[in-house]
Amino acid sequence: MSAPYLIGEGMTGGYGAADILHSCTLSVEKGEIAVIVGPNGAGKSTAMKAVFGMLPLREGEVRLGNEVINSLTPQERVRAGMGFVPQTGNVFTSLTVRENLEMGAFIREDDFSETMDLVFELFPILAEKAAQPAGELSGGQRQQVAVGRALMTKPSVLMLDEPTAGVSPIVMDELFDKILEVAATGIAILMVEQNAKQALNIADKGFVMVQGRNRFTDTGEALLADPEVRRSFLGG
Amino acid sequence: MTDTLNALVLFANFVFVPGLAYGSQLALGALGVTLIYAVLRFSNFAHGDLMAFGAMGTILFTWVLQGAGITAGPLPTALLALPVGILGAVILSLIFDRTVYRFYRAQRAPPVVFVIASVGVMFMINGIVRLVIGVGDIRFADGGRFIIRAREFREMTGLAEGLALRSTQLITVVVALVVMVALFYFLNRSRMGKAMRAYSDNEDLALLSGINPDRVVLYTWIIAAALATIAGTLYGLDKSFKPFTYFQLLLPIFAAAIVGGIGNPFGAIAGGYLIAFSEVTVTYLYRKFFTYLIPGWEPEGLLQLLSTEYKFAVSFVILVVVLLIRPTGLFRGKTI
Repeated sequence: MSAPYLIGEGMTGGYGAADILHSCTLSVEKGEIAVIVGPNGAGKSTAMKAVFGMLPLREGEVRLGNEVINSLTPQERVRAGMGFVPQTGNVFTSLTVRENLEMGAFIREDDFSETMDLVFELFPILAEKAAQPAGELSGGQRQQVAVGRALMTKPSVLMLDEPTAGVSPIVMDELFDKILEVAATGIAILMVEQNAKQALNIADKGFVMVQGRNRFTDTGEALLADPEVRRSFLGG
Repeated sequence: MTDTLNALVLFANFVFVPGLAYGSQLALGALGVTLIYAVLRFSNFAHGDLMAFGAMGTILFTWVLQGAGITAGPLPTALLALPVGILGAVILSLIFDRTVYRFYRAQRAPPVVFVIASVGVMFMINGIVRLVIGVGDIRFADGGRFIIRAREFREMTGLAEGLALRSTQLITVVVALVVMVALFYFLNRSRMGKAMRAYSDNEDLALLSGINPDRVVLYTWIIAAALATIAGTLYGLDKSFKPFTYFQLLLPIFAAAIVGGIGNPFGAIAGGYLIAFSEVTVTYLYRKFFTYLIPGWEPEGLLQLLSTEYKFAVSFVILVVVLLIRPTGLFRGKTI
């Protein structure tokens, strides 16, 4: 098997003197969903930020399609084909839904109306509310705006930081369905999730992190079946 | 009936028309303040003196044009000189941004540091203006003085009271309207305008979307300086140009921006007119007005609520009341 499409290998680093990540490895293939789960403070979001270039790495490297991208800034990584949806502040609340998508496509010089149609097709509710300020939408709809915004650059990798934080279980299921649809278009998806069980259910690959280290790495199915993982991290 | 009409004409002549012109000038000034606040996130105390600087550039070039025998016919020559004034103010703003504000931006300094830095910039611009053009009163309005004269109006309508409309008043309102429409069109329709709003709304997400912060800052200064110059020139045309009055205008302008909701352009416009009409109505002498309305009543006093010397107290009181009751302003402020 060839090297994964996106991989952060042996990442070690932190914001100050102390390291938060210790030789942590994450990877994802095109069209796959990879989920990072683990207890609070395990460094899940930090690991994802490291892949996106928002955390200085002391050791390890990040490769996208076999090219080392350690030296790229987050903005440059967006241009290289990575989309990132932060956990909070991921929409422009005072801009309309349509303007949010336009801003997502800001770096594109070509005509992006086709991509916008695709996003509207994927999230029909956004087409309906295109002229409304994003701040007036519900939590679940906002997350769709956020994902739609990130899709506007036609990324090859989409990284989601807790996309279902603060939404109801029904909306969470809807969002996971949408994420499956996005992955089906051939985009690699790497996401951090609190709702470990549900997330591993849709995941091709799962990473269980504890204290900045990889604890278990396997397919979503295998992790769900593993008694130790179930007992320690999935509440039995 | 005639008495009521006379009262209305009197009111229009001394309150409504001057208030509308003054309100337009304040609104343009407040728009600049609000734009800087929304994008650069600080209260720019140098805005009043930037208005003076822009107006000074316009006046200097007006003199050049007049010296060369070029006038705008019935319109003030200053309108022709306006682009040069704007250019001067833009260049000055960009110089101060490069030399002062950029340093603090790189340090991610707290807003209060920017505010104090802007006070320093204010004193510098203030000094430049006084050195170049002096501290005296300058009248630079030429062209037709009146569109309707009070006497003509009286002869036309047969009323005892006249309604005068000075050309500078009409020009002020028309120019302000055009500028406001253009600004809203830019902010809501153009790619750069939307990027400015996005940057103002959520800086981190704007960076993530590939919006170049340097360009946003550049456009903001260009627009703010243009607005300041236009507001300053219109104010000078309507009244007269005196550097000190622009420093004093800072209070009503900030009151307008804050009352409307700082960071919100709609609010800045609404606030501008609100402050202007409050000032004019509170300091107006109502004696004659009520003599017309209530026949047979001869008031002893002048029926003036507040003497004109206290007109700045009006902005101040409104400002304090709004901050106590509704700190976000009439229209929710903070982002553009």
